[in-house]
Amino acid sequence: METALPGVQGFLYPNEIELQWSVLIVLYPFITGLVAGAFILASLERVFNVQAVKPTYRLALLTALAFLLVAPLPLQLHLGHPERSLEMYLTPHTSSAMAMFGFIYLWYLMAVLLLEIWLDYRKEIVLRAQSTPGMLGWIYKLMTLGSYNISPQSLEIDDKVGKFITVVGIPSAFLLHGYVGFIFGSIKANPWWSTPMMPIVFLFSAIVSGIAAVLLVYMLISFIQGRKTDMACLDTTARYLLYAFLIDFGLEMLDLIHRIYEADESFKTLDFMVHTQLYTSQVLLQIIFGTIVPIGLLALVQLISLSEAARKGIYVISGLLTLVGIFAMRWNVVIGGQLFSKSFLGYTTYKMEFATREGLLPTIILMLLPFAILWALVKLLPPWQDEAGHSHSS
Amino acid sequence: MSSRFKDQEHLIRMGVLLLAGIIVFFVLRGVMVPRDFGEYGHYRGGALEDNRARPAVYAGRKACEECHEEVVAARKGGRHAAVGCEACHGPLAKHASDPAAAKPGRPDAKTICLVCHLENVARPAKFPQVNPLDHGEGKACSDCHKPHQPKIS
Repeated sequence: METALPGVQGFLYPNEIELQWSVLIVLYPFITGLVAGAFILASLERVFNVQAVKPTYRLALLTALAFLLVAPLPLQLHLGHPERSLEMYLTPHTSSAMAMFGFIYLWYLMAVLLLEIWLDYRKEIVLRAQSTPGMLGWIYKLMTLGSYNISPQSLEIDDKVGKFITVVGIPSAFLLHGYVGFIFGSIKANPWWSTPMMPIVFLFSAIVSGIAAVLLVYMLISFIQGRKTDMACLDTTARYLLYAFLIDFGLEMLDLIHRIYEADESFKTLDFMVHTQLYTSQVLLQIIFGTIVPIGLLALVQLISLSEAARKGIYVISGLLTLVGIFAMRWNVVIGGQLFSKSFLGYTTYKMEFATREGLLPTIILMLLPFAILWALVKLLPPWQDEAGHSHSS
Repeated sequence: MSSRFKDQEHLIRMGVLLLAGIIVFFVLRGVMVPRDFGEYGHYRGGALEDNRARPAVYAGRKACEECHEEVVAARKGGRHAAVGCEACHGPLAKHASDPAAAKPGRPDAKTICLVCHLENVARPAKFPQVNPLDHGEGKACSDCHKPHQPKIS
């Protein structure tokens, strides 16, 4: 029968024609992934004592915080009625994974990230509270909680407690993003999503995107501030990016091979979708340009000796491609999972709007917002110290 | 002992702050969550009574048929015989209880028919469906099809 609806092919159930989860739901796992990934990079230095990535430690924590503050906004914009989100805490629904996320979020924000940042910066906060005049000074004073003791003994205690929080923080970061994969993986009616691999794949892609984001932000801030980038740090971070990427790619390919070999009743439908509607975002953007090319570039740095400038160029290109690839992965999961009918007999199309509540414009604004927050955080709590031992604030 | 306490003082302050936050949360919860929440399930128990108290807006087909015998006769054997009156005419409980007080309006035949009959791949293939752009020349459906007996004979 001829269709009266543009963008619809074959048979669809009435509630499948229009996509319920928009680009905002693509943005949400992308942002939480950056949070988890950035934190795990910071933990490397703290727990495993990797000295080379030390220059990115504080920056990774601030990046994680900036993105974490924005993480619930796409959901609230998608759902509407943000005032109702408080109900999640007031009347917790323990059998709903989505409802319990509020507590994971709050735990990660309050008990892990804020506490770790506060402990790590406490010396600077106290020094600045004593020397900064005006409104800013009051903000620092508030952050000291009225305690100005920065004796070596107290800082040593901070270090120990901070380390403990980092150790607790790693499984918390895993929980934060593993949960996002769990939500998709547990939807048994949707064969594109329903796999126990989903939380693990989400987690490793989160680590990949977080490391790439911190690498790029570190280079960008160093460039803006006219500060020399620490090449040992960049090289080590890029090496971790490569390792994480190899594991992530391996897991995704395992999932793919398993699906191809198993070839269950949904396979033909999904295979057709990957070769048509999802071809650009899945095959080109996610797999070729977003995974194989950056892995190749990062591996090249390991295999042949390149100049500093060439390595930096490769890191920028592979970092950007990585972020595009991971965003495409989120897109393919969220949007791809809604393009085919559960009857396996038809397909719909996602038409993104622009200046609407769930359009491209709010998505761009929400993606830029963490950078504005990060800029303010870097001003308030500079991640690097100059030679004299004072934090650099410009 | 006292210097050790001094070195940990800021942590105690933070602990107290977090504890205060937790206490505020429980106080807020006590104030904001209705007493009857969770009485029967994950919702406010009183919501059932509130819903029950809302006036019914649909009268039901039987109420319509008590007075409109001529429509019952017109619909008999037709394709629309199984369709409820209020599916097209809207909720009419007020009209059923006092016919003079609330007179129902006539449904707009240009739009109401399309609610069911607009061409859509999701509908069964044998179900009558039209694309208004190439069927009916922009006229109201009721110009040709009688809504109570839609088949043109």
